[in-house]
Amino acid sequence: MIAELGHFTLILALMVAIVQTVVPLIGAQKGWTGWMAAAEPAAKVQALLIAFSFGALTYAFVTSDFSLRLVVLNSHTLKPMLYKVSGVWGNHEGSLLLWCLILAVFGACAAWFGGNLPATLRARVLAVQGAIGVAFLAFLLLTSNPFLRLEVPPFDGQDLNPLLQDPGLAFHPPFLYLGYVGLSMTFSFAIAALIEGRVDAAWGRWVRPWTLAAWVFLTVGIALGSWWAYYELGWGGFWFWDPVENASFMPWLISAALLHSAIVVEKREALKSWTVLLAILAFGFSLIGTFIVRSGVLTSVHAFANDPERGVYILLILALFMGGALTLFAARATALEAKGVFSTVSRETALVANNVLLTVACFVVFVGTLWPLIAELFFDRKLSVGAPFFNAAFSPFMVALAAILPLGALMPWKRARMGRVMRPLWGALALSLALGALVWTMQTGGRFLAPVGLVLALWIVLGVLAELWTRAGRGDAASRARRLLHLPRADWGKSVAHGGFAITIFGICAMTAWQTEDIRVVQVGETFQVAGYDVTLSDVQEGRGPNYFTTMGVIDLERAGRSIRLTPEKRVYPVARMPTTEAAIHNGVWRDLYVVIGDPQDGGGWTVRTFVKPFANWIWAGCIIMALGGCLSLSDRRHRVAAGARKTRSAVPAE
Amino acid sequence: MRWLALILCLWMTPALAVEPDEVLADPVLEQRARDISKGLRCLVCRNEHIDASDADLARDLRLLVRERLVAGDSDGEVVAYIVDRYGEYVLLNPPAQGSTLILWLAGPAMLLLAGGGAAVYLRKRRPEAAQAGLSEAEKAELERIINS
Repeated sequence: MIAELGHFTLILALMVAIVQTVVPLIGAQKGWTGWMAAAEPAAKVQALLIAFSFGALTYAFVTSDFSLRLVVLNSHTLKPMLYKVSGVWGNHEGSLLLWCLILAVFGACAAWFGGNLPATLRARVLAVQGAIGVAFLAFLLLTSNPFLRLEVPPFDGQDLNPLLQDPGLAFHPPFLYLGYVGLSMTFSFAIAALIEGRVDAAWGRWVRPWTLAAWVFLTVGIALGSWWAYYELGWGGFWFWDPVENASFMPWLISAALLHSAIVVEKREALKSWTVLLAILAFGFSLIGTFIVRSGVLTSVHAFANDPERGVYILLILALFMGGALTLFAARATALEAKGVFSTVSRETALVANNVLLTVACFVVFVGTLWPLIAELFFDRKLSVGAPFFNAAFSPFMVALAAILPLGALMPWKRARMGRVMRPLWGALALSLALGALVWTMQTGGRFLAPVGLVLALWIVLGVLAELWTRAGRGDAASRARRLLHLPRADWGKSVAHGGFAITIFGICAMTAWQTEDIRVVQVGETFQVAGYDVTLSDVQEGRGPNYFTTMGVIDLERAGRSIRLTPEKRVYPVARMPTTEAAIHNGVWRDLYVVIGDPQDGGGWTVRTFVKPFANWIWAGCIIMALGGCLSLSDRRHRVAAGARKTRSAVPAE
Repeated sequence: MRWLALILCLWMTPALAVEPDEVLADPVLEQRARDISKGLRCLVCRNEHIDASDADLARDLRLLVRERLVAGDSDGEVVAYIVDRYGEYVLLNPPAQGSTLILWLAGPAMLLLAGGGAAVYLRKRRPEAAQAGLSEAEKAELERIINS
């Protein structure tokens, strides 16, 4: 019964979304206030209806209602509660329902918080948001209905993939979706602005928080996914340039670019049409990501041909929204004339360079991801494009980005002088180069990666500190501290996010270059040495968990009198008939100890893999710091207080 | 998703990547084998190199790489040997020849294009450029205002 109600509210939500699309658009065109006002209640009602529907599906999963096809395929009575709930979005249908829910909630948020937007703009934003809702709700109901019943319900379900029964992955999809779908808001703002033919500083200010929020969610989502891969896959890889990962990385790159170009629109009223284009592209890449993940087109062209319905539908949505948006853009972009002028050496220029690097980097990822498909279709070559290509073709852009970051961050708007910009930075440059050189000479085996990473990271961090120092002005320590504390939160957010970026760069380079690996057969009780640690396989125990059997190794690592006990496991999930490896990791600030137990050997003993991974946690710590920076910036009161300042604003703010 | 491929790989053999019995005694040779392995694709997995893959085929390929290295092949010869037998698909790093050149040049070409576009835009937005000259009508208007 509840499932049917959920099904029903989903259909109702589709109807409401249609109203939300059509009525406010007409109202805004004709200037009918009543019709425009229909957008807000419609957005809220749509969100409530989908929330109910999602709740109904969750209820079915929690109570293990095996008359629902989806629950049978993805759940089991013995599964822990957390994973019964996360099973709701651990499959195609449920994850699409989550997608629609988040879409509607963002729309409702725009209705709630958009009180100070001009009425026509708000109506149009909500209408575009409603149109996206129509497309996805129809997709859900027509091709992937989660509420299908089974005629003869089985006694138990078929379990969720054991690799997904993990806290890291339970929350990875929701965050990623919050990011993907968050970009729909910027898309809606861009389309609404194009329809109105007006983009100004106020528009830039309204768009920024949504972009920031989406970017923060994407950052967290990507970090969670990469962290999961690190501890779950059993050898500590954290990024594979897999098409599915790239699908989430491309919107991240574009939204990072958008974040920066929206600042130029807000402060200087330049780069307007470019920012609108980026807003369209950012959501376009979200849709492409959904298409890649949901259609399976890149796993194999044949998988796509076997079940083309879903893929073709998403492709249609993509073609419709991107085609429509880009046509509108081509027709209207010339109307968005830029106002601000600036000299060639200025912060505007630095931000343009940032945008060029980020978008071209995104383009490289895009081409690399699609190339196997292109090569097969047009050149009849079956080839792979993997990590080595991306490392070689993508990394230079990030190096360039890191190199210009402190310069751009310190440049004033409009007109800068290179000499003045560099004055506080010479020390940072010298110190980071010196330390990089020192590390290069000290490390054994002259790999270039770690020193380069260190130089870039130090250059950024010291650049951030130099910037804060100059912002603190003159005077004694107390007055400097006071000035620093009174800096706008957005400025702090910028510094913190840039610092996080540096930490991630360093973590990636250091861990990749300096990790130690050891693979051997070990008898119980035997001790061996890895990177200064005495490693002992003390015991191997058999046991069982709630829905799996386990073989657990007890491994003691000792160094300088300090002992650490780790218990790596091998699990077998009998229902899904799948083994998994659970690496045991001792997290530390300077290094991770990463131990995996393998198979018993014929001659007695067990395969044991021991990795020492220096600075591993810095990768994800950097991501979290980046996200924190985004949140700090998001909490800036300018985003809330001055949000409605289109009419009262008299002059361009200096900073 | 990634795990779909992993199910396949893990299900076939619950062993884990490089096994101790594969490791060569000579650490230099072993390191070369590892580096080569990271550029070769496990053909039955999705986007995983043979050094990290658990599939039987990946193990066969790892052993083959080591066999050729022990036989005295250079790195390039080992890779060529594998490509001869398994096709271009096995390379994770597509060689920059023929149509693949497009892939490798796409990034730099786009950078030039975007950089050029940005340069043109920046020139147009320079204060001197933006303020350059008044139109005839504006000059006449100015003349009128000054003289009146």
